[in-house]
Amino acid sequence: MFKILEKRELAPSIKLFVMEAPLVAKKARPGQFVILRIKEGGERIPLTIADYDAQNGTVTIVFQEVGKTTRELGTLEAGDYIEDFVGPLGVPVEFPNHKKVLGIGGGLGIAPLYPKLKMLHQQGVEVVSIIGARTAELLILEEEIKAVSDRMYICTDDGSKGRHGFVTVVLKELLEQGEKFDEIIIIGPPILMKIGSEITKPYGIPTMVSLNPIMVDGTGMCGGCRVTVDGEIKFACVDGPAFDGHKVDFDELIKRLATYKEEEKISLERFNEAHECKLINKIEGADKDAVK
Amino acid sequence: MPLNRSKKKTPMPTQKPEVRRRNFNEVALGYSEEEAVSEAQRCLQCKKTGCVEGCPVQVQIPQFIKRIAERDFEGAIKIIKETNSLPAICGRVCPQEAQCEKNCVLGKVGEPVAIGRLERFAADWERTKGIRPPVIPKKLGKKVAIIGSGPAGLTCAGDLAKLGYDVTIFEALHKPGGVLVYGIPEFRLPKIIVEQEVKFIQQLGVEIKTNMVMGKVLTIDDLFEMGYEAVFISTGAGLPKFMGIPGENYLGVYSANEFLTRINLMKAYSFPNTDTPIKVGKKVAVIGGGNVAMDAARSALRMGADEVHIVYRRSEEEMPARKEEVENAKEEGIIFDFLTNPVRIIGNENGWVKGIECIRMELGEPDASGRRRPVPIMGSEFVMDIDTVVIAIGTGPNPLLTKTTEGLELTKHGYIAVDEEGRTSREGVWAGGDIVTGSATVILAMGAGKKAARSIHEYLQNKKWR
Ligand SMILES: Cc1cc2nc3c(=O)[nH]c(=O)nc-3n(C[C@H](O)[C@H](O)[C@H](O)COP(=O)(O)OP(=O)(O)OC[C@H]3O[C@@H](n4cnc5c(N)ncnc54)[C@H](O)[C@@H]3O)c2cc1C
Ligand SMILES: Cc1cc2nc3c(=O)[nH]c(=O)nc-3n(C[C@H](O)[C@H](O)[C@H](O)COP(=O)(O)OP(=O)(O)OC[C@H]3O[C@@H](n4cnc5c(N)ncnc54)[C@H](O)[C@@H]3O)c2cc1C
Ligand code: SF4
Ligand code: SF4
Ligand code: FES
Repeated sequence: MFKILEKRELAPSIKLFVMEAPLVAKKARPGQFVILRIKEGGERIPLTIADYDAQNGTVTIVFQEVGKTTRELGTLEAGDYIEDFVGPLGVPVEFPNHKKVLGIGGGLGIAPLYPKLKMLHQQGVEVVSIIGARTAELLILEEEIKAVSDRMYICTDDGSKGRHGFVTVVLKELLEQGEKFDEIIIIGPPILMKIGSEITKPYGIPTMVSLNPIMVDGTGMCGGCRVTVDGEIKFACVDGPAFDGHKVDFDELIKRLATYKEEEKISLERFNEAHECKLINKIEGADKDAVK
Repeated sequence: MPLNRSKKKTPMPTQKPEVRRRNFNEVALGYSEEEAVSEAQRCLQCKKTGCVEGCPVQVQIPQFIKRIAERDFEGAIKIIKETNSLPAICGRVCPQEAQCEKNCVLGKVGEPVAIGRLERFAADWERTKGIRPPVIPKKLGKKVAIIGSGPAGLTCAGDLAKLGYDVTIFEALHKPGGVLVYGIPEFRLPKIIVEQEVKFIQQLGVEIKTNMVMGKVLTIDDLFEMGYEAVFISTGAGLPKFMGIPGENYLGVYSANEFLTRINLMKAYSFPNTDTPIKVGKKVAVIGGGNVAMDAARSALRMGADEVHIVYRRSEEEMPARKEEVENAKEEGIIFDFLTNPVRIIGNENGWVKGIECIRMELGEPDASGRRRPVPIMGSEFVMDIDTVVIAIGTGPNPLLTKTTEGLELTKHGYIAVDEEGRTSREGVWAGGDIVTGSATVILAMGAGKKAARSIHEYLQNKKWR
């Protein structure tokens, strides 16, 4: 059992948990993730390690409520426990000789971007960042990213904050102005990573993306997380999740992510119904108490 | 003792094929006491026992069968357990026709004694009576770590705990049991049996830590630093192989590991009461001819498929699956396409599988394994309409742990190299089971666990390595 020590709401439907997980915290490095299962009968879902503190034995995760499991997770509070929490999984990222790096985070991708930029910043690397979201309200970890960046750009799709438009607009501008980077990191929805990688390719700048295929075990045992990189099958859980964006078959990834669309819908609807019943019961219960 | 001169095995009651093909309950129901006694009376109590030699752990077969014939069931199970700590499992899943029953003298004139069924009977009898908690030995104050909780790890842990060691098993998944829980389906090996065996080992004082992906959470060096004096690696051969043909990443193509893990470990058959989904279409093709392929095909049927094919490139004779399961699969209506090899998976515009292109094969000269090599018949390509493909062509060693362990010698295929006692190239580290042999059997994995336990005990007594 693993304890939730702290819960924060970063934006509507985006939550941050600080988990008590000393063994995971001790070995965690930027680029790695955990797999968790809320309870018996639950699904195993991967979440990136957004931050970690080996001294205090804590691991931070940030998740967006997109379906049944993440919604259920969102109903838990500090002090609650979850059944399984395993990690750190995946290959840590390293930037041995970098001088200047551009980090791009779209939507929830800002969370997995953060530990990488933090490490780069601590290494004394010059960090430029572009973060974006659909609307101002959904922009997360702005302060954290700012603290580890030498320069930061903000974009929103609706123009409610920072630049009006996608993060890729700023990316294009910087490259067109001739700014040079040793590496560009792009993390976000697959379509953003795909377009971003297409933009950087003609400039020949190494581009790292972090892939999010559907996973089960996270140990290389099932092959469900396979992606095609440079024409070869790779298992994202053990060979990644970070890969060279210029070599990833994003279209295949996007298709495969839709495998269980129908089932995900059924699962979520059932959860919502049951959850609403529970809420109603709770409210009715509370009313009864009030009457007493 | 009266002798039963029947040339055939006493039949074991099973669920009817037309019923069982749609449920996950156990297929074979086990002997009643009368049936067991009657079958036991077929045994000739030979002096020279081929049957015992055929069993990888040398279960004292005539002796335990004699007890059953005499209705001393308690005595029977005691004898079995002297050499086999997981009889309820072995009685169900051992390939008996290639082991103990292969050498039974009765097999020369009719069917051999149903040794596996009798072993299962004795173990099940004990379970219904309630297994007595074990006597806990005096502690020696020495710690041993075991990595992986499949049959090799469980057996090694049990044996060492009985000797008084403090044993900890580190398991990557959230549930112990290895292939017994994530691979072999409920209808062949009910999970409650594995759970009980695991509980028994815990009662012996073994601690099982789940969610421990070793090599990531802790390394072998960490274990020594934590005070473990010996380590046994039994991580299995869990890395799925793909065929390397076009179209393998279409939606609806699974490795057998993923397919079976979703169903068994994650209980996708209860979806949406459980949260992990699986997509099984109407026409399923399972590629391969081993136990894994049979399990995947029969699981697909139980998930509601209309038509399930086993596509195998050799002929029926070369199929490595347990004979009983092949028979069961046929009764349930699985279609076998022998001498057929897929060359390409065909998808639709959304990326879902819609068919596989196969080529017919014929048998040529024997290859290195002694089996006749299948060779393609040019121009015989044809397309099967299929909406789900399960690839069950074998597995390899998972490098997750071995990659992070320095000084561990591997074979050229990535398995761990060991000597006859299971010792690796690193002092204090043993290995056994599928991670040494490649995919084999439950009983061989157990045998490796036992052997390592003996060797570890010897080492920890006098700290002499080789
Ligand atoms: C390495 C990795 C790191 C990730 N990091 C984060 C993170 O830090 N924060 C975050 O919010 N999300 C992250 N994700 C995605 C997250 O795992 C999914 O959002 C989550 O599994 C959805 O589960 P659900 O039941 O709530 O939604 P569902 O309704 O089941 O699915 C919603 C979407 O999530 C995807 N998904 C479903 N099941 C899985 C699964 N078992 N594994 C992966 N994806 C799945 C599906 O493609 C679907 O489009 C990460 C994924 C990977 C592979
Ligand atoms: C579907 C299927 C059907 C089969 N049917 C039969 C049958 O009918 N009869 C028969 O005799 N044999 C059968 N087999 C083969 C048999 O199950 C195996 O030979 C046997 O389980 C091997 O045992 P093991 O202990 O070596 O490894 P496994 O059972 O594979 O167990 C290894 C364990 O180690 C864990 N692990 C792996 N890496 C790590 C790590 N880094 N850290 C921590 N833990 C780790 C795994 O999660 C797993 O739990 C079948 C196999 C499969 C897949
Ligand atoms: S352990 Fe397996 S091989 Fe040995 S007697 Fe029992 S069923 Fe036969
Ligand atoms: S060989 Fe057959 S008949 Fe002879 S002792 Fe063994 S089981 Fe009995
Ligand atoms: S999640 Fe199973 S192999 Fe990657």
